[in-house]
Amino acid sequence: MKWGFLPPDDGGPRYLVVNADESEPGTCKDIPTLLSAPHTLIEGVAITSFAIGCNHAFIYLRGEVVHVYRRLLQAVREAYEAGHLGTNIHGSGFDLDVTVHAGAGAYICGEETALLDSLEGRRGQPRLKPPFPAVAGLYARPTVVNNVESVASVPSIIANGVDWFTAMGTERSKGMGLFSLSGHVTRPGQYEAPLGITLRELLELAGGIREGHELKFWTPGGSSTPIFTQDHLDTPLDYESVGAAGSMLGTRALQLFDETTCVVRAVTRWTEFYKHESCGKCTPCREGTYWLTQILKRIEGGRGTQADIQQLLDTCDSIAGRSFCALGDGATSSIISSVTLFREEYEAHVEQGGCPFDHGASALVPYSDTPATEEAHA
Amino acid sequence: MTATADKPAAEAVELVTLTIDGTEVSVPKGTLIIRAAEQVGIEIPRFCDHPALKPAGACRQCLVDVASPGPDGNLRAFPKPQASCTMTVTPGMVVNTQHTSEEADRAQKGVLELLLINHPLDCPVCDKGGECPLQNQAMSHGRPESRFVDVKRVFEKPLALSSEILLDRERCVLCQRCTRFSKEIAGDAFIDLQNRGARQQIGTFDEDVLDFDGYRPVGAAAEDEAGRAFSSYYSGNTVQICPVGALTSAAYRFRSRPFDLVSSPSIAEHDSSGAAIRIDHRRGTVMRRLAENDPVVNEDWITDKDRFAFTWQNLDDRLTRPLIRKDGELVEASWPEALAAAAAGIRAATAPVEGDDAVAGARGTGVLVGGRVTLEDAYAYQKFARAVLGTNDVDARARVASEEEQSFLGATVAGTGLGVTFGELEKAPVVVLVGFEAEDEGGVVFLRLRKSLGRQRVVAVAPFLTRGAQKLDATLVPTVPGREPGALADLPADVREALAQPGAVIVLGERAAEAKGTFTAALDLASSTGARLAWIPRRAGERGAVEAGALPGLLPGGRAVSSKAARAAVAQAWGVDSLPSAAGRDTAGILAAAAEGGIGALVVGGVSASDLTADVEAALAATGFVVSLEVRRSEIAQAADVVLPVAPPSEKSGTFVNWEGRLRSFATAIHTDAMSDHRVLDLLAREWGVELGTATVESVNAELAALGAAGEGSGPPRRPPSRHAPPSPRRAPRCSRRGTSWSTRARSRTASRTSRAPAASPWPACRRRPRTRLESRAP
Repeated sequence: MKWGFLPPDDGGPRYLVVNADESEPGTCKDIPTLLSAPHTLIEGVAITSFAIGCNHAFIYLRGEVVHVYRRLLQAVREAYEAGHLGTNIHGSGFDLDVTVHAGAGAYICGEETALLDSLEGRRGQPRLKPPFPAVAGLYARPTVVNNVESVASVPSIIANGVDWFTAMGTERSKGMGLFSLSGHVTRPGQYEAPLGITLRELLELAGGIREGHELKFWTPGGSSTPIFTQDHLDTPLDYESVGAAGSMLGTRALQLFDETTCVVRAVTRWTEFYKHESCGKCTPCREGTYWLTQILKRIEGGRGTQADIQQLLDTCDSIAGRSFCALGDGATSSIISSVTLFREEYEAHVEQGGCPFDHGASALVPYSDTPATEEAHA
Repeated sequence: MTATADKPAAEAVELVTLTIDGTEVSVPKGTLIIRAAEQVGIEIPRFCDHPALKPAGACRQCLVDVASPGPDGNLRAFPKPQASCTMTVTPGMVVNTQHTSEEADRAQKGVLELLLINHPLDCPVCDKGGECPLQNQAMSHGRPESRFVDVKRVFEKPLALSSEILLDRERCVLCQRCTRFSKEIAGDAFIDLQNRGARQQIGTFDEDVLDFDGYRPVGAAAEDEAGRAFSSYYSGNTVQICPVGALTSAAYRFRSRPFDLVSSPSIAEHDSSGAAIRIDHRRGTVMRRLAENDPVVNEDWITDKDRFAFTWQNLDDRLTRPLIRKDGELVEASWPEALAAAAAGIRAATAPVEGDDAVAGARGTGVLVGGRVTLEDAYAYQKFARAVLGTNDVDARARVASEEEQSFLGATVAGTGLGVTFGELEKAPVVVLVGFEAEDEGGVVFLRLRKSLGRQRVVAVAPFLTRGAQKLDATLVPTVPGREPGALADLPADVREALAQPGAVIVLGERAAEAKGTFTAALDLASSTGARLAWIPRRAGERGAVEAGALPGLLPGGRAVSSKAARAAVAQAWGVDSLPSAAGRDTAGILAAAAEGGIGALVVGGVSASDLTADVEAALAATGFVVSLEVRRSEIAQAADVVLPVAPPSEKSGTFVNWEGRLRSFATAIHTDAMSDHRVLDLLAREWGVELGTATVESVNAELAALGAAGEGSGPPRRPPSRHAPPSPRRAPRCSRRGTSWSTRARSRTASRTSRAPAASPWPACRRRPRTRLESRAP
């Protein structure tokens, strides 16, 4: 946990900020948690705040999910009424206020320092580190920024003990986590499981890939992680094993795609997302995603060349490892991995002058592939 | 007072040794890699980095490979290239730039290619073309050809951020230097980033840009961050620091190519800061002015006035030939004719009136110098008044002035050399502003104070907190105008205590002269707390005029007219029998007397009627003969009987003495046949058969040096100080403390960095005049 990075108490305020700005494509774990059990988070907030000596905690929620916002506000109100929050909580002498803030809907605000800037009322752009938030975070005070899932797991760890928690998972990735399965899967949803579980096991829980189809590729940790294929069905989903296999566990958002899916099309959609969400601060991410989108759209539309495929990799090379924050790297992951794994599919688009796939076949609902389906934010 | 000026911190600086491209270099702890590389002559390309701004790390152009020793002492390379503009050096660090690391070179080429994909590449029509960091670095570090074949983003252009600043958003590389300058340096956050991704852009608040897409924001826009146009006094600096042609000045846009311009270093004439500027001119016309970096004065910045207010000297009403009034009309005349007419007119107007019992010369001549002339010009005006016209009715203060102020200037300002400096003002723990609004009246003084925001306490003795004072986070000691002395006497105890800290400064502005007793109260405060005093006038020539003695009661070098010995010393130096001893009148007194017919003739220099509260029109009308020395056909020139054209600052050389007491000499930027005031006065004096000895800047400065008034000759800038002969102490009638303390030429680039008074003067007893009470000096 990040709590240990805090400097010694100097008498000034310190803050807990819960990152609930869940915006990564495919990631869907915090929103359901908050929708179904907001009190768990508030309990976690109270315990964490007590542990780090914080008297004012903030929950930065993605603004689009108004229904979750309302539910969270209601839960905070209930907690105040029940005396779990406020001044002198249950006679302990400990004060805690919780502020729920609805963000304006920017992917970058999930980056912790951009989130802090946004929370302070500034433009959401990542800050220069160091200083790290633990030293100078919100309002330049020591701040712990934790994800909803981390904070919401605190009550159960306190209740069941550390041994209970560490008994789960693998040797180095301990504990459990939410695995969000989406896409071409029979029963999509959130599956809470110990770290180290494999996709094969998760698919058994989720009823497998949709009837009559087979897995083609999948993301182990959301759209900003390099994609996996059937070969990785038995890769233990813990930080080390996934890393060793060339990807990242990330947010454990498992997006599953069967053989009807055009990988170029999927990657293009993701890249359009990154282009739209690039905060604009640094050159590689701002300009690179703009360029990548145009190349990908050209290839997808059958107007690409073989040189374009190489250009994709070269442009990714100019972004990955060069951008200000990790979002630039994330934008390139799916492109680099898909070109590596499915280069022939890119080449097919170039050679055939269009997409070889029937997009209707990959849809989960009856779907007609007309030109009118251009992205709203293209 | 002069000994500590601009002295570097004495304490040892902790050094860190690292290796850059195989070269070992030791730099102070906390230095950024990009700065350390500069120390060994390695230039890493950059856009967002600017030495005066906080690191941003936005453009990613300066990526280098870095390895630093781990806890075990073994070098560990960072997995990715690091931005050298944000990373500070650590001991034993090994940095490989584009010169020695393929990875760094590839990273930089990649970023540059990305920067260019949305850049319009309209260099042939861009103002920046030829002096553009993007163009230069694309040539030196970029790919020869672009691989981008798709559609560039387009914007409407140019976007007028203000009347002076135009923004071409297509060219912008979003380095944010301009917004960072506005926030960090000027404190005017009127421009900011809007939108995001590739549509991100700089601008003032604009709903269309923000793409509200039908729905409107509720309520009025916030005021500071986005609500108003770019109404900053310092906005022009953003044009200069823009590393591409995105921000351009309306005055310069499409006017010229950088390689067609002749650049001349100069000094800004619009305020008393003496900011270093560069005049870029083409075929005799000034095209633009830029800030020069002068670390001890204006650092990298100048005001918009200094930058944009230069067209005045080339307008249609510019005077090129003398004018004589004939039959009520001003008509062009030759110089000999005009000079003869001026002299004859003055003589006739001041001749004793028949039947009048008054002594000859009682209806004398008044000389109004104006606060905008150089040190040399001011010296010539006062010498002309005293040695030729025989009067002390000479005043350079074309503004509210008082007898008390003159006593103060004579006692504590004139001849004291370099006093409080910009650097000391910046480092002062507390600064009390009296009759002084830093942003409006001080030019770059405001930026120095703002640089210390958060580390310095600024107290404004004023009726209210101005916007400028608010930006300095100043605390207000409220007073109604005119009650400043009382406010100073009853300062809150905490302010008084703060003033006792070493380095504390009390700043007196020109409006301190409006309230009787302010100077006395300030002196009392300074002596009781130990704080130092700085007098910051508004106009460029005011301090020089004080030094030159262009005040009714002051002779050159701070000598009092009332002192017989002083008059004798100056008379001896000038080779005249005696100097007038009758008390002179100040500007208001001269004009009041003139309006009542008590002045026979007026010689008026760079005075504008709007400078004065007095009824100038009436005074001129009632005066028998008026000679005007002017650059343009001003109202006063129009009313004069003889108009003698003089050169604007860009067409002459000379010295402005800035408020610090620093000599800011400048050379002629544009050579024309226009003459400086001191030369015109020298010619005019010949009509009386007097050799005024002010024909050249050199001759004036030799006289000033002999009088111990303002150091030795003022040559063109960039001349090494050693070429100036030091003044001979034997020639100086009084101890030459000022001559020596001013001997370094501030405008020389080397000298400007080191310019300071010698620690020990050859005449220690004379280094500092004992502080005298004003009452005892007042006549």
